[in-house]
Amino acid sequence: MPIVGVLALQGAFHAHVKALSQLNVEVREVRLPHDLDGVDGVVLPGGESTTMSQLLLSSGVFDVLTQRIADGLPTMGTCAGLILLAERVLDARPDQVSCSVLDVTVRRNGYGRQINSFETDIAVTGLETPFTAVFIRAPIIEEVGGGVEILAVHNGVPVAVASQNVLAASFHPELTSDVRFHELFLHMISSASTVR
Amino acid sequence: MTSTSSNSGSMRVNRGLAEMLKGGVIMDVVTPGQAKIAEDAGACAVMALERVPADIRRDGGVARMSDVEMIEGIQASVSIPVMAKVRIGHFVEAQILQSLGVDFIDESEVLTPADEAHHIDKFNFTVPFVCGATNLGEALRRISEGACMIRSKGEAGTGNIVEAVRHLRSIIGDIRRITQADSAELFDWAKKLQAPLPLVQEVAELGWLPVPMFCAGGIATPADAALAMQLGAEAVFVGSGIFKSDDPAPRARAIVEATTHFRDASILAKVSRGLGAPMTGIAMDEINQRYAERGW
Repeated sequence: MPIVGVLALQGAFHAHVKALSQLNVEVREVRLPHDLDGVDGVVLPGGESTTMSQLLLSSGVFDVLTQRIADGLPTMGTCAGLILLAERVLDARPDQVSCSVLDVTVRRNGYGRQINSFETDIAVTGLETPFTAVFIRAPIIEEVGGGVEILAVHNGVPVAVASQNVLAASFHPELTSDVRFHELFLHMISSASTVR
Repeated sequence: MTSTSSNSGSMRVNRGLAEMLKGGVIMDVVTPGQAKIAEDAGACAVMALERVPADIRRDGGVARMSDVEMIEGIQASVSIPVMAKVRIGHFVEAQILQSLGVDFIDESEVLTPADEAHHIDKFNFTVPFVCGATNLGEALRRISEGACMIRSKGEAGTGNIVEAVRHLRSIIGDIRRITQADSAELFDWAKKLQAPLPLVQEVAELGWLPVPMFCAGGIATPADAALAMQLGAEAVFVGSGIFKSDDPAPRARAIVEATTHFRDASILAKVSRGLGAPMTGIAMDEINQRYAERGW
């Protein structure tokens, strides 16, 4: 059974743990570097990217995590998790870190404050029927690099993307009871282990 | 690829923001400068208010929603969510905060109540609300009015965690008992708690509130924050505890670390070093006004 780590420094990690627990995986909360030992995939949840950035550095998780992802660890990032993966982040704090493993440009809070948060049904490549996407003070994807596939678009803007080992969304698949987006991630994990 | 119509201010969108704040620290601030210090220290949100509870307690008088320009100044100075307080029942203060684009409204007993019978009908708003509670019945009444997050009331401005512990234990203890009740007993629970039966049934099924529950009221040290988390709170509010201490920035930082690593005593010991003096604090028998008694 694959082991999936969920970064649990701050944010919506419980919701991801709950979603993954319904699937056939062992779930582990990650707060310290050794929590990443032996994981087959890792989830970076939504929350405050500035807070998570600081806690990634103080806990020592940042260097280990960045190296593991660069070495091919399957990784899913949602909302703030997307920001922590992006190569280029606009409107970030100057001291904010990113693992810089996904060739996209994102703008923090690009969809605005909470009064502009919304949910809507979108089509996602690989899912047969629409998926309810919940956007909360979401980052907006402004540019997508060559090696990155766009999986979903809302109002002409990419909202879910994937590279070889990174799956990311500006919305929150963990906030609905629909686990199909998490299943896409588990497919990524199982294909990665087949390649190995 | 197509998309259908969007839905702002839905329960899922608003409870979702509360979900995003879990494991974090929401800090009371009264100036843009303090908001900056809070964000620098790793706060996941700030609560904009005119005076911290310790000063409200000291100065007396009527405590109201903060000055609009002050809230705008705080919104302009940070990129994390900004919350602000309104008086219990004062729905016009809430309308004003919503028009300012505040991210979360706290209908708070720390301010002087505007209505001694009614809380705000929070379903009339797009913006999410958090409300305080001292027990499960109060928590469920606030949820039935549309609150998207519950926090313990504790006793604000005292730097004394005892009341927050009492409220968390009461709420979580009753949730545990309800989980064990049979379906017939739930009717009696609803009566005892003075709460809507469907919410009582939902709690019995979930084993938890249908919204996140945070701790507020009296947190002054990293150990206090970790205590609240170990008791079952999902995040913490720190009011006077930071900016009424000797050295706010390192204390704020340490409380953020303690809230994340709340079960790791060696990290708690490490972050508790060299913080200077916490706020002095007040024992419960020294105060004449209990804010926790406000709310109905």
